[in-house]
Amino acid sequence: MSELLLPPEHRYAKRIKEQLNEDGSELSILNLGPTHPATHGIFQNILLMDGERILEAEPTIGYIHRAFEKIAENRPFYQITPLTDRMNYCSSPINNMGWWMTLEKLLDIEVPKRAQYLRVIVMELARITDHIICNSILGVDTGAYTGFLYVFQFREKVYEIYEEICGARLTTNMGRIGGFERDWSPKAFELLNTFLEEFPAAWKEFENLFERNRIFIDRTVNVGPISAEQAMAYGFTGPNLRAAGVDYDVRVSQPYSSYEDFDFIIPVGKSGDTYDRFCVRNAEVWESLSIIRQALAKMPEGNDFHADVPDYYLPPKEDVYTSMESLIYHFKIVMGEVPVPVAEVYHPVEGGNGELGFYLVTDGSRTPYRLHFRRPCFIYYQAYPEMIKGALLSDAIVILSSLNVIAGELDA
Amino acid sequence: MALETIQIQEKLVESFDSVVFEFKQERDLFSFEVAADKITAVILFLKNDPTLRFHFLTDLCGIHYPDNDEEHQFAVVYHLHNWYENKRIKIKTYIKGENPEIKSISNIFLCSNWMERETYDFYGINFIGHPQLKRILNMDEMISFPMRKEFPMEDSGRTDKDDRFFGRTTDNY
Repeated sequence: MSELLLPPEHRYAKRIKEQLNEDGSELSILNLGPTHPATHGIFQNILLMDGERILEAEPTIGYIHRAFEKIAENRPFYQITPLTDRMNYCSSPINNMGWWMTLEKLLDIEVPKRAQYLRVIVMELARITDHIICNSILGVDTGAYTGFLYVFQFREKVYEIYEEICGARLTTNMGRIGGFERDWSPKAFELLNTFLEEFPAAWKEFENLFERNRIFIDRTVNVGPISAEQAMAYGFTGPNLRAAGVDYDVRVSQPYSSYEDFDFIIPVGKSGDTYDRFCVRNAEVWESLSIIRQALAKMPEGNDFHADVPDYYLPPKEDVYTSMESLIYHFKIVMGEVPVPVAEVYHPVEGGNGELGFYLVTDGSRTPYRLHFRRPCFIYYQAYPEMIKGALLSDAIVILSSLNVIAGELDA
Repeated sequence: MALETIQIQEKLVESFDSVVFEFKQERDLFSFEVAADKITAVILFLKNDPTLRFHFLTDLCGIHYPDNDEEHQFAVVYHLHNWYENKRIKIKTYIKGENPEIKSISNIFLCSNWMERETYDFYGINFIGHPQLKRILNMDEMISFPMRKEFPMEDSGRTDKDDRFFGRTTDNY
């Protein structure tokens, strides 16, 4: 083990020397990560172990820190979406939309109802893919590979919808200030309808595979439980908090993008253990599907897909070549010379893992003066050492996947 | 009865007088400033008062204001949230530029532990009373604080990029 990973004066080394068990066995140190195939991301944990029990853990993070907040201070507003993509890359559209909504709050832009509904659809699709990944990987970690391969096909289907909307699949860079960059094509709606037809049956099968499965239940029930009080103290939000029995959801408490128009329930768990987290995510997928159906049914007529804000929204390319006004707007927007008030805004959205917040401070210039991302993963991952205390090593892996800590969001 | 911002303001002024000031409504967020030396007392009061009940720390971050006077060089921003009444507030405290320090709230809100470490890591703000104040995202060997405005984002010796043509200047941080 290199000295960088575990310096000789590490406090665990001292404890190993001091503590001698009665049967002559001694404690050991295990370095889990940073790149371990079972941790799905770059997490290092130095574990102090007694046999296979974890006594203490010390996480080290920051292995994929890319200084997004610093970069954001040097980029015009519309160039910051690609940075948000790369935070929680399992549900990029939520990050993108959250960022645009922050700017719209700053600039007081009213987005047309239809664009808001389209945003709701794409955000709920993102939530579904996020939960597909989390739950199916949890299955993989407990030894069930089939479910993962099965539902991952549908993640591909969702990515095809993204592709139709914005041209990209994983890091979507979707939308603009005031709406979308282009209207959704009929093909996008066609793909969406096919997805809505085919996915529920597959998800039902996936649920059946796990929810009453003896092996899965033995591996997850009462593994890594967290009480509601503790979860709140540790700053949990999202499905992990709801699994502990607290029905806090930003979509309901501060509805954005017309979430108040839709009827859905907030699934909650009871014990906050791995099984409850799994079930809450499963249930949320059903709610997301229902929201998408409602949004499609209630979709206003017409083809509004962006607000009429020429100062911030790029004009159609053909107009740029033919009309003076469009050319000027195009030039100003591309150069970042757009009017921005001096203000501070905070906008939260319900991300895949919890409250994703954007705290934006502007000084009237072309770039943010300060942009802080409230990243749910970063905040709740600090509870991880507490949660795995006393657990088995194999449980630690399962707890980590059930928390759905995304390295990109953790390190930003 | 919903918690009104005026109630929050009255209660705070009643208990802390001139320590809390600059009350304003910033779009949907009620915000005010607190004198740095009283920050723990104010936050503890906001958390424990039976009508205010700001029991959840949403966010904590730092800001660097190099153009301000010496006493207002850095700001630490706290976002608190009362889920019972669904009310958010933002608290801002300014601290001095030389050896910036402020009391830690990690014994009030458990989750502030890493947020304070992050703020220390980026701005070098010393949180007094923090159990383990060391770098979190950057490596321990680093000596500078990268989110301070004087820290350049890119290597200034780079010649392959000429930002003048894109409306940027070299000191456009």
